[in-house]
Amino acid sequence: MKFQNPLLQILIAIIVTLQINVSAQTDKKNKTITQDFELEVETEYRYFIDEAQFDDQQDHFPAIAFLPEYNLQWNDGYESLNFTGFLRIDKDDNRTHWDIRELYYQKANSNWEVSLGLKKVFWGVTESNHLVDIINQTDAVESFDGEQKLGQPMVQFTLTTDYGNFDIFYLPYHRKRAFSGKKGRLRFPVIIDRDDITYQSRAKEWRQDIAFRWSHYFGAFDVGLSHFYGNGREPLFTINSNGELNAFYPIIHQTGLDLQATHNAFLWKLEAIYRSADAQDFFALTAGLEYTFSNIDGNGLDIGLLGEYLFDDRDELVLNALQNDAFFGSRIALNDTQDTSLLIGGIKDLKTNSSIFSLEASRRIGSSWKAEIEARFFSNIDANEFILSNFSQDSFFRLSVSKFF
Amino acid sequence: MKKLIITTIVLSFIGLLNAQTPEERGLEIAKAAEEADLGFNSSTVELKMTLKNKNGQTSERSLTTKTLELTEDGDKSLIVFNSPKDVKGTSTLTFTHKIGSDDQWLYLPSIKRVKRISSNNKSGPFVGSEFAYEDLSSQEVEKYTYKFLEENGSILVVEQDPIDPKSGYTRRIVSYNKDKGYRIEKVEFYDRKNALLKTLSYSGYKLYKGKFWRAAVFNMVNHQSNKETRLEFSNYNFDVNLSDDDFTQVALKRSGN
Repeated sequence: MKFQNPLLQILIAIIVTLQINVSAQTDKKNKTITQDFELEVETEYRYFIDEAQFDDQQDHFPAIAFLPEYNLQWNDGYESLNFTGFLRIDKDDNRTHWDIRELYYQKANSNWEVSLGLKKVFWGVTESNHLVDIINQTDAVESFDGEQKLGQPMVQFTLTTDYGNFDIFYLPYHRKRAFSGKKGRLRFPVIIDRDDITYQSRAKEWRQDIAFRWSHYFGAFDVGLSHFYGNGREPLFTINSNGELNAFYPIIHQTGLDLQATHNAFLWKLEAIYRSADAQDFFALTAGLEYTFSNIDGNGLDIGLLGEYLFDDRDELVLNALQNDAFFGSRIALNDTQDTSLLIGGIKDLKTNSSIFSLEASRRIGSSWKAEIEARFFSNIDANEFILSNFSQDSFFRLSVSKFF
Repeated sequence: MKKLIITTIVLSFIGLLNAQTPEERGLEIAKAAEEADLGFNSSTVELKMTLKNKNGQTSERSLTTKTLELTEDGDKSLIVFNSPKDVKGTSTLTFTHKIGSDDQWLYLPSIKRVKRISSNNKSGPFVGSEFAYEDLSSQEVEKYTYKFLEENGSILVVEQDPIDPKSGYTRRIVSYNKDKGYRIEKVEFYDRKNALLKTLSYSGYKLYKGKFWRAAVFNMVNHQSNKETRLEFSNYNFDVNLSDDDFTQVALKRSGN
């Protein structure tokens, strides 16, 4: 959508003038301003099929979410203002929440880019677990797979060189993870109030954190090396002698490696991290492959096979309980006009045999609607699983329908 | 005597010309077409894609494409989806290679993830359309072997056989217009069983910068499924002065926002 509001033109002209930009006199800048507004309204129904393990937990969760997005671009797209909001209203009070997913100004030049504000950043290559990805806090009440994130305040500077991309992040504020409330599923017997989780750092959420990442590609290889120093995104849980759960965010150093080799229809993937804190040092990795049989029927049907191995030194204290597990899955894409796709998979603990099976399917309806089905089944959950045993009754179906305005 | 020598030379020259095999002539035409389009440096264009199924129901997508011309290796391109709205911002970055498989990355804006993807799937449909990925990738001379078939006025018909065994075609029959900068007027695609699969017709050609012919409409008809996909190009811009910096993973993420 083109936009020619004179007021905005003036406003932008002022911003451009204010910039210390020596080359501005010589460059003939494109003054076209484009703006775009979009709203997604999602209705959702989650149904937990098994009787609840803990008091007050409910079975049916109707919900609605609003995701407005606004984007303003000028200077040929080299400067922009981006906003993504989020509001969820759910039966579980703790899942009723709002967030500014993104609100940042970005300026790019030929080989550098700077972003200022709340932003989302993703690092990594594997499918079943995202070890390396650490910049944003997980929106844990929003999604089971941890792919929904909270907006992170940052200054990000990116430099593109012949030796790869260099990213430097200044992260001035930490955001706490939310947990399910009294009525909610996928929780512990005690209800964790996010405010009860403390910090190791005396500066608490205002600890000034930094992160660095180098990423590059060499032919078939894509590689990323990263380091994060600051308030951890995962709280550390300990149980004291009275059996009370105590949790805090430790100060961590985390070095991460992500590597993918792309060879014909094979994608070989590796993510590894080493995290150290006063209370805990550990190593974790996810390694695997993806192979896609493409256009099998001459009509666009793709069937991908995924296999990954997950290891984590923390053993039973791993928050997502993936300490020595194997993941197998299949991604099926019809490549039809409605973008129908399906991802099925299962993660099995190689020692205890605890398993989680999952299904995610989506299809566009008409041109502005989309339907999604998600199912997670907890099977054979070992009673000795420190974290997972709390979720053994939490198998669920989720159906959502979104309308895009 | 002198006359005889000249005649002999002329005759043998004609003989040489005649001795040019259909393969050589086909390659020569493909090279001439490539030559005629050299020097556009970079361009951007907006694109509306209309998919029609055999019952005549249609659905639309809109995209923006940026292209960077490279001579030593294949072109670079960046495609951004603007609609349908649920995939808005989804983008691909492709580095075409004259020899070997292309490098390709996909950006998923909802989770901000850049994914290196396999370029193995050449024959599969691009977003459910009748265009296969290979139909839309940069056309490099090195990717085919050639055979000149016939000449009808200004139209030169050349058979092109893909070198890559992963191609969905045994051959393509391409009609070049030698009087209009060797622009392509029509392509017929034959599937792996050598049956006519699709016909692509170009129309609404316009000359940009006095040198570069660009069609306003690509119409692809699938004869086997009776489905059709129409691409309408608008706002061609050859003055954008893009560089390698506009075709990086950083630029890919920026474009998808």
